Amino acid sequence: MTDDVLSRVAKLPFFAGLTPGQLRLLCEAGRPASYQAGERVFAEGDLADRFWLIEAGSAALDLRVPGRGDQVIETLAGGSVLGWSWLYPPYRWQFGAAARERLDTIAFDAAAVRNRCDADPAFGYAILRLFMPVITERLQATRLRLLDLYATSAQVGQP
Amino acid sequence: MSTSTAPAVTGSALPRPYRVVSRRVDTGDTVTLELAHDAEPLPAFAPGQFAMLTAYGIGEVPISVSGLPEPGDSRARRLAHTLRAVGAVTRALHATAPGAVIGVRGPFGTSWNVASAAGQDVVIVAGGIGLAPVRPVLQAVLAERSRYGDVVLLVGARTPADLLYPDELRRWGATAGVQVGVTVDRPSDGWTGHVGVVPALIPGARFDPARSVAFVCGPEVMMRFTARALLACGLPATRLRVSLERNMRCGVGWCGHCQLGPLLLCRDGPVVDYARAEPLINVREL
Repeated sequence: MTDDVLSRVAKLPFFAGLTPGQLRLLCEAGRPASYQAGERVFAEGDLADRFWLIEAGSAALDLRVPGRGDQVIETLAGGSVLGWSWLYPPYRWQFGAAARERLDTIAFDAAAVRNRCDADPAFGYAILRLFMPVITERLQATRLRLLDLYATSAQVGQP
Repeated sequence: MSTSTAPAVTGSALPRPYRVVSRRVDTGDTVTLELAHDAEPLPAFAPGQFAMLTAYGIGEVPISVSGLPEPGDSRARRLAHTLRAVGAVTRALHATAPGAVIGVRGPFGTSWNVASAAGQDVVIVAGGIGLAPVRPVLQAVLAERSRYGDVVLLVGARTPADLLYPDELRRWGATAGVQVGVTVDRPSDGWTGHVGVVPALIPGARFDPARSVAFVCGPEVMMRFTARALLACGLPATRLRVSLERNMRCGVGWCGHCQLGPLLLCRDGPVVDYARAEPLINVREL
């Protein structure tokens, strides 16, 4: 199983910064997981016990708004990682996620990866160095959208 | 300032009358006007150049050309301008009915120089109404498809209802060798496309950064972040072009209203290599 996961993960650039040994260590905690269009991957408030490397398809991060249903916050496509709430306590999803179309992923056991990070700080540092840019880029993207750049001044309430 | 030589006058200071021959409503606040000359036509516009459009009695605004006539089209020298009603002049132009006459000066400014991308992949990234000035780039590339490599068009909009040219986006997306990615900031019910900022689409696009030319148009902040994403892919800044906007007035570099450091954007822009633009747009005082 690990060799299959390893070859699939190695096809995508996200974990390319890991050494071969670190990649194998990571992939020992991974397994393929697929979702059908519309299928929920995780729900807000649930235990963040996994994270996913998207191989193909796309997923939508969403938030349940009373009276408005699941509001899509952002979509993630192939090559992206889905989920970082597994990195820090209380290990609960802050948003939900659902497959927009058939979604092929490698799902990683979060506790197993955290244990490896604790046992091998070099591995843990390498993992954090891969996830920090993702977190930063999505924060920046969110800030850009807060600016409402495409709105007219009237739409953003300016004279 | 690069004012050592007298600025070339590429367009009359006097608006020429053009008749609105069609008015297509693109979104709730945006229309595309097709204009035909009543008298002597202006010189041909190149993709990226702009005209000063006059709503008589109200004022004048710079609007980029948003369409090119098909080769051999009898409507050659007709102009297409997509404009959004945001101020007094654009509201008046937006409301102009077919048959009415508006004033046109131009062509002004630099072009996208589409031909320089021959033999390379073409990456077009547009945000909001920024799709209008790059539409002629795609039209020019598709008119001579065999001269170019892979074509990527990435478009961002505020909402699905704000997307310009939805029919053309579908048609372009169905064209062999053309990848179209569309994303919105605020999805509506039933929207099945991407949600997020347009630079986020870049990593998923298939093109060879080492042999590509990129054309980027949209709000300046969007262009900065898009440029960073393209540069991070390995695209050289010298093959990344952006369309900058300042307060264009005269159109020929006389009045200085559109100055950006050493550039007078009505003459030295609006299309500028990012290698030249980046140090200027990062200066707060400019």
